[in-house]
Amino acid sequence: MDKIVLKLYITGQTPKSERAIANMKSICKNELEGRYKLVIIDVLERPQLAEDEKILATPTLIKVLPPPLARVIGDLSDTEKVLVGLNMEPFQNSKKKGGSGK
Amino acid sequence: MSVKKNGSQINKLETGITGFDFVAGGGLPKGRTTLLAGTAGSSKTVFAAEFIAQGIVKFKENGVFITFEESPADICRNMRSLGWDIEKWVAEGKFAFVDASPDVGSQSVTAGEWDLGALVARIEHAVKKVTAKRVAMDSLGAIFTQFADGATVRQELFRVASALKSMNVTSILTAERIHEYGEIARFGVEEFVADNVIILRNALDHEKRRRTIEILKFRGCSHQKGEYPFTILPGAGIVVIPLSAMKLKQKSSDIRITSGNAELDSMCGGGFFRDSIILVSGATGNGKTLMATEFIAGGAKNGERCLLLAFEESRKQLIRNATGWGFDYEQMEKEGKLKFVCEYPETAGLEDHLIKIRSEIDSFKPNRLVVDSLSALERVSSIKGFREFVIGLTSFIKHGEVAGLFTATTPSLMGGTSITETHISTITDSIILLRYVEMYGEMRRGLTVLKMRGSMHDKDIREYTIDGTGMHIGKPFRDITGIISGNPTRIQQGELGRIDELFAEEKVGVNEKEG
Repeated sequence: MDKIVLKLYITGQTPKSERAIANMKSICKNELEGRYKLVIIDVLERPQLAEDEKILATPTLIKVLPPPLARVIGDLSDTEKVLVGLNMEPFQNSKKKGGSGK
Repeated sequence: MSVKKNGSQINKLETGITGFDFVAGGGLPKGRTTLLAGTAGSSKTVFAAEFIAQGIVKFKENGVFITFEESPADICRNMRSLGWDIEKWVAEGKFAFVDASPDVGSQSVTAGEWDLGALVARIEHAVKKVTAKRVAMDSLGAIFTQFADGATVRQELFRVASALKSMNVTSILTAERIHEYGEIARFGVEEFVADNVIILRNALDHEKRRRTIEILKFRGCSHQKGEYPFTILPGAGIVVIPLSAMKLKQKSSDIRITSGNAELDSMCGGGFFRDSIILVSGATGNGKTLMATEFIAGGAKNGERCLLLAFEESRKQLIRNATGWGFDYEQMEKEGKLKFVCEYPETAGLEDHLIKIRSEIDSFKPNRLVVDSLSALERVSSIKGFREFVIGLTSFIKHGEVAGLFTATTPSLMGGTSITETHISTITDSIILLRYVEMYGEMRRGLTVLKMRGSMHDKDIREYTIDGTGMHIGKPFRDITGIISGNPTRIQQGELGRIDELFAEEKVGVNEKEG
């Protein structure tokens, strides 16, 4: 299966940034199980990257691969919306479905 | 430039936008944010972009342009027609874009709380990168369309505005309005930047679009009040015409110049003043253009240069008419003493005409200016616009010590005044009336010098004739009254004699000085 490449843009050590990182890590762990690569970018340190990617709001999560490119804005507290935004079926659900088929 | 008030000092930053700094009392409040509000098509983006461009061109101040609406490529392309090569400046590190224009392809989902921290970081980065002194953000309303959560946008814009303040830059934020005369801006954005508000208007006035700019407030700074017309010229950008803000400071001259007609000169007490404005009013076919022609010929004879602005006739027609009166326009033109500018008034708005006339005057440097006729220009504008045009023109030529002769057409053959006259008579220094006089089934012509500021002048209504050698002013109409009012009546000789006797001692004072 293709690896999912994700970029998470944050601004500094704000509570919102930390919440987003924590939420992202838990989604990755629970839903994406090892088939992901996550890069966290602090736009205060790398503003040019934000410029290139045209990031306005933070936190912003971008799914770089597989296509299509998808964006999710916010602290990622709503897991279901994050997955919808990334065009992904919840991984656990699909595993469960697979399990019942056995 | 600075304005001192109660010890605290608010500096102004010269924008470099033609005419604007004058209206703004020196420029925009330095280090502050100004809201620029306007309806669709009121040239907010042009103003914002020119603010940055002029900083680079005129003051070596770099700038950052934050765009929420058009893409940077579109802005570069649109501004090229105004003479600004933004792409070059970007390459030279003088201009930076913060591209926040919406991506058509990408969709985004909102999952949780967010802020515009990345935008603020990008603006700070861009400002640092080019050491910007000026920032423009176009437009606030477009951010609201990019995010569903209006409340957060509002709150975050406040953060952007305060971040701009702390960056020590002078900035312009543009915002949409729905109505030309109504609330300041959509989405209530004015509350973020309530210190300084400028409004651009593009109002429909008598089937013509008229652009105006108004400084609504500059907190703690002085500025001119009310709306000022402006126009956008290729290669020059925005040109604000600071009409009502002009000062009556022109010099005054005692030097007389010839009207080109010896009899008229003597009626005016020795000719027109060199820097005066003369209005010639008369019905159609009454000799106004002839008087203008003699004025030009008289100037050319003395080696003066004349600029003829014709709004009714073409160059060929003018030359033919002048030849009919015995004047050789082509020869004067060859000698560089005469220049024709012939145009239909409808080709442009009055603001554009004014700017064009100014640049013609600047390049040709005439001693005399003839406008034939002013009434034709009245067709294309509202009354207010026309007045402003005349004031703008007269003030400009007076500063340049140019003598101006304007013709105005009266609507009725006999007597009467034109609308042109009623609006501009107070601005002119001299008024000459040309009137038809109907006597015994014959149309004769009468002329009088109605007003001649600062000089004695003949108060008679004199008869004049026109032939192949021009205008010939003869004797006064002694036995006729009511010429100017349009109903000439013959007075019995006996009665005239009696009146003469009655006022015999006052005849000495026929020539009196006008205040």
